[in-house]
Amino acid sequence: MSRLRFARTPSGAVGLALLIAVIALALLGPFVAPNPPDEPIGVPLTGPSAGLPLGTDFLGRDVLSRVLFGGRSVLVLAGAATVLAYLLGAAVGLFAGHNRRFTDAFLMRGADIALSFPPLIFLLVLTTGLGTSVSVLVVGVALVQAPLVARIVRTATAEQAVRGFVEAAVARGERTTAIVRRELLPNVAPAIMADVGLRFTYSIILVASVNFLGLGLQPPSSDWALMISENRSGLDLNPLVILAPAALIALLTIAVNTVGDAIARSLGRSSVEAP
Amino acid sequence: MSAGAAAAETTRRPRSFPLLRFVILRILAGLVTLLVVSVFVFVGTEVLPGDAAGAVLGKNATPEQLAELRGQMGLDRPAAARYLDWLGGLVTGDLGNSASGYAEGSARPIWNEIEGPLVNSLTLALLAAVLMVPLSLVLGVLAAIRAGRSADHAISFTSLSVVSLPEFVIGSLLILVFFSWLGWFLPISLVPPGESPLANPSQLVLPVLTLLGASLAGSIRMVRAGMVQALDAEYVHMARLNGYRERLVVVRYALRNALAPAVQVIAQNLQYLVGGIIVIEYLFSYPGIGKELVDSVAIRDVREVQSIAILIAALYIAINIVADLIVVLLVPKLRTSL
Repeated sequence: MSRLRFARTPSGAVGLALLIAVIALALLGPFVAPNPPDEPIGVPLTGPSAGLPLGTDFLGRDVLSRVLFGGRSVLVLAGAATVLAYLLGAAVGLFAGHNRRFTDAFLMRGADIALSFPPLIFLLVLTTGLGTSVSVLVVGVALVQAPLVARIVRTATAEQAVRGFVEAAVARGERTTAIVRRELLPNVAPAIMADVGLRFTYSIILVASVNFLGLGLQPPSSDWALMISENRSGLDLNPLVILAPAALIALLTIAVNTVGDAIARSLGRSSVEAP
Repeated sequence: MSAGAAAAETTRRPRSFPLLRFVILRILAGLVTLLVVSVFVFVGTEVLPGDAAGAVLGKNATPEQLAELRGQMGLDRPAAARYLDWLGGLVTGDLGNSASGYAEGSARPIWNEIEGPLVNSLTLALLAAVLMVPLSLVLGVLAAIRAGRSADHAISFTSLSVVSLPEFVIGSLLILVFFSWLGWFLPISLVPPGESPLANPSQLVLPVLTLLGASLAGSIRMVRAGMVQALDAEYVHMARLNGYRERLVVVRYALRNALAPAVQVIAQNLQYLVGGIIVIEYLFSYPGIGKELVDSVAIRDVREVQSIAILIAALYIAINIVADLIVVLLVPKLRTSL
């Protein structure tokens, strides 16, 4: 079970337990929610009562039910964006690191320029041009992260590309795709893994921030970030309507980051900071 | 001329010019980057067929009305010409007119609309930066010299947790504590147009705290990492063996060498302040450039989005150049290898 070695460190174990708990709540929540998430069932912004342990939101909807429904969007959107970022970034990084000529210089200069642009502004520019939609959000966040993935993968690949077994495969006349997939990918996997937690955390932050700004998911969706945004003015009447989703987003990102950090340590790498 | 003087001559001469060359090259590279960014911003905001004129007039506009407003806004010209116009305007400081102005039936220059917010945002960011730099150095160094002990654990754990939180979550939690619970500060920062945000400092406390929380954690961790490494270097051991007092060892030997990576991290975090301020301004309804940007995106005021985006990108790139310069000036090794 060397794959789960990270879970044996105390912080890794705590982080993993927390992560499983939050993911379970987000994915299973809709099945146990007592009320429909988008129907008013009481007076707006009342505090907790017997039937409504977290009170109601600014439209009189059940906060508990909305919280139970509202985690899926963050997880799914951030997850999809992260996977897409890895597919894009790893492909670019592997080929750039393997084929270190024109492609390398070109792709990496492109990555440098992409990194000199504030990510949130990038997303807002895309939203202005393409309108607010879930697919724009996912692709945008993936495009923000892909250059970072590409850089790490390229460095790791370039280290491996000069090794004997790669040169042997080249001498055997194997195709580039086969070399990349069979010889390089397994050897750069640790470098990729060490970074996953950080990338996922960052995806969550970006997705949640855009939703918070009202430029991602639109009402009446239940989404933790959107809940905080739309209930800001009702804060003094029912603080729980802000506290519950804020605490859950915090727990989620802290858990992901802690697990990512533990994985990086178990692979013998210190984790890098989020940009 | 003796051999020694000749050697001194050759070592000294390439010292002053390469620095200037480095500066010029960095600025040129920055300008090229900005040009690429400007193409992206322009194309990115104008890819959809529906344009700003349509957004202003709504769905019930007649084709004649649309054509007339397009003519007024210059939207009937080819995209390349509009791009060059915009670029020329950026260079001369004329950003064009905002769509929200046209919506109200008048031509309002964008510059007039963003000038005040820009000053407000810079005030907020500067306040946060002035506090962030010394705090990250002090706390990072403190964690490093207490590495492995409880002070270090406390600082490291807190910063690892906070570094992963979205700004609006940090801000919301601060509001819950300082407004809902303690009742010390208001959750919104209203600055009347034309008034300095400093006129009412108490409403700046929460936005600045949020910005600090979001940016401090990362820089503390990096300063600590650099400092731990520097404290383990041979010259530090040597200095200790020579009997120097610990404070001298820390400040003069370790800190100076840990500073170079720290400057870059702090620059990264200043850039982050520039980006993170968008969300924080929106959260606190603070009338800054970030809130202005979000509002323009929401109503698809393309020209204003373009102008604000390019302004923020320029700031971002400028911070990077200045940081590189400071690093080169701080680290003699880099200066001579230019």
